[in-house]
Amino acid sequence: MDQAAPLTAAPAGAALQFHAEQRFASGFGVAATLDVAMPAGSMLVLFGPSGAGKTTILRQIAGLERPDAGTIRFGGEVWCDVARQQWVAPQSRRVGVVFQEPTLFPHLTVRDNIRYGIGVGSEWSRTGVRPQSDPGAETARLLGIGDLEKRYPRELSGGEAQRVALARALAPRPRLLLLDEPFAALDAPTRLRLRREVRALLQATGTPAILVTHDRHEALALGDAVAVVIAGRVRQAGPIADVFSRPADSEVAASLGVEAVLPARLVQASGGVAEVVVGDVILHVAERDPIAPGSNVYVCIRAEDVTLETRSPGQASTRNHLAARVVAINAEGPIDRITLDCGFPLDALITRRSRDDLQLAHGAHVTAAIKATSIHLVPRT
Amino acid sequence: MDWIALWLSVRLAAATSMVLLAIGIPLAYWIVFSTRRWKFLIEAIVALPLVLPPTVLGFYVLVAIGPLSPVGRAYARVAGRGLPFTFEGLLIASVLYSMPFAVQPFAAEFASVDRRLLEASWSLGVSPLATFRRVVMPLSVRGLVTGIVLSFAHTLGEFGVVLMVGGNLPGVTRTVSISIYDAVQSLDYASASRTSLFLLMVSFVILACTYALQRSVWIKPRH
Repeated sequence: MDQAAPLTAAPAGAALQFHAEQRFASGFGVAATLDVAMPAGSMLVLFGPSGAGKTTILRQIAGLERPDAGTIRFGGEVWCDVARQQWVAPQSRRVGVVFQEPTLFPHLTVRDNIRYGIGVGSEWSRTGVRPQSDPGAETARLLGIGDLEKRYPRELSGGEAQRVALARALAPRPRLLLLDEPFAALDAPTRLRLRREVRALLQATGTPAILVTHDRHEALALGDAVAVVIAGRVRQAGPIADVFSRPADSEVAASLGVEAVLPARLVQASGGVAEVVVGDVILHVAERDPIAPGSNVYVCIRAEDVTLETRSPGQASTRNHLAARVVAINAEGPIDRITLDCGFPLDALITRRSRDDLQLAHGAHVTAAIKATSIHLVPRT
Repeated sequence: MDWIALWLSVRLAAATSMVLLAIGIPLAYWIVFSTRRWKFLIEAIVALPLVLPPTVLGFYVLVAIGPLSPVGRAYARVAGRGLPFTFEGLLIASVLYSMPFAVQPFAAEFASVDRRLLEASWSLGVSPLATFRRVVMPLSVRGLVTGIVLSFAHTLGEFGVVLMVGGNLPGVTRTVSISIYDAVQSLDYASASRTSLFLLMVSFVILACTYALQRSVWIKPRH
């Protein structure tokens, strides 16, 4: 069936229609609804605080948890319909799963681990998806673990083991890949490198994926769409920049963090300062990790790092001075949240006293100042 | 030393271990992976020989395989002779008597396999049964060896059950423990002492090997 494009597994535009309720003996429960398109190579992020039920939702999609009520459909196939007593076993869903821990089979070599799902006894080897070439070796090569083939899992580093787990999940060419915080247990440099590789691999293979994470930078770096999960419910879902810039309510906003998240492009970097373009505004950002010019990035600015001035500034260390117009003023206790339009939407938090001193009012023209070191860049991998 | 009795005991113990390997694995699998609520009843039945006096177990087995029971009569019709006081009858009794010594280590080892490995296998398209064969069994080698060795050693030392079911026929049902008893009864302390010492050493070596295996003295740990 996949002969024309050997690495493409999922039909373009497969959709996930998910509604599941499940209560556990501990009292914890989820009742989540999610209806999203899953285009080939795209990544949906399940984002939310720890214990919100993200992993449970992922396990329900994988077929490892059985909901008490609800329906789960993917790509026109019914995986679970409790009312009609329909149930597709995890073996028959063709869903790859990567857990937080690598969970490799300790008695098998790396090669046999990767080939596990395409070997004898696997449902997938019987359903006509067996490829001509060796997809295990192919995935292993793409992940740079081809030379580890003969090792046993106990001889691998954490990053290597997680790469093998990823190759194992991808080798049978799943229609959907589920990632449950797969980078959480890794050290930072490995995490960043593996994130990039995963993103590239999913796009190369055209596999849609769902990633569970509570790390907002990871969500921004990898996600195309995001579903915010709080207390067992999906509270908001949509394209990632939309959800981050327009949270549906204060609880969602709180879980996403207080930063403005703006899609931008990095144009050049020199002397430790990067120039990024947001709309037609240029921002100067202190460069922490080198990012290649021309890369797409998210610019993150916390509202408390934005200061407002009415007069044009003299010589100051602040790098960014943006002409802005006050769009809205909302009181948040003793603090006012000033919503600005400076070519892109931006919030500033200032005290009531400053607001009086500056005589800020709706429609007033001000200068928004942001230090280069207060802006964070998240590369879009 | 009564070599005939010793050889009989070894044959009986080996046959018992093999039978328990064959029926103990599926039974332990069912005990570990079944979701039936009443499986605790089966677990209790399997464990019964641990607490039951061997004579009680032997009595019931004798009645069950004797000419008064349908099973005993059916066997006698097919085989041309009855089960009591034969090697086969003794084997049935030994299998029941040593059941917990095989099934419990099997089940404990199966249950100790990380559940996430099973889930990983399932989501790679591998059925529960094939997962058992490809993941659970290879990771349970130690438990399987322990179960086989313990049931072998336990059968080697049984007395009450043999006396009830097998009697004392040389070369057929007269096992080494009964031979020792006979030697003492006829005041042949030298023979009893030699055989006892031999049995003591064999049992000790077998158990020492088993515990060494569990402590991974020779095998490198896998995890």
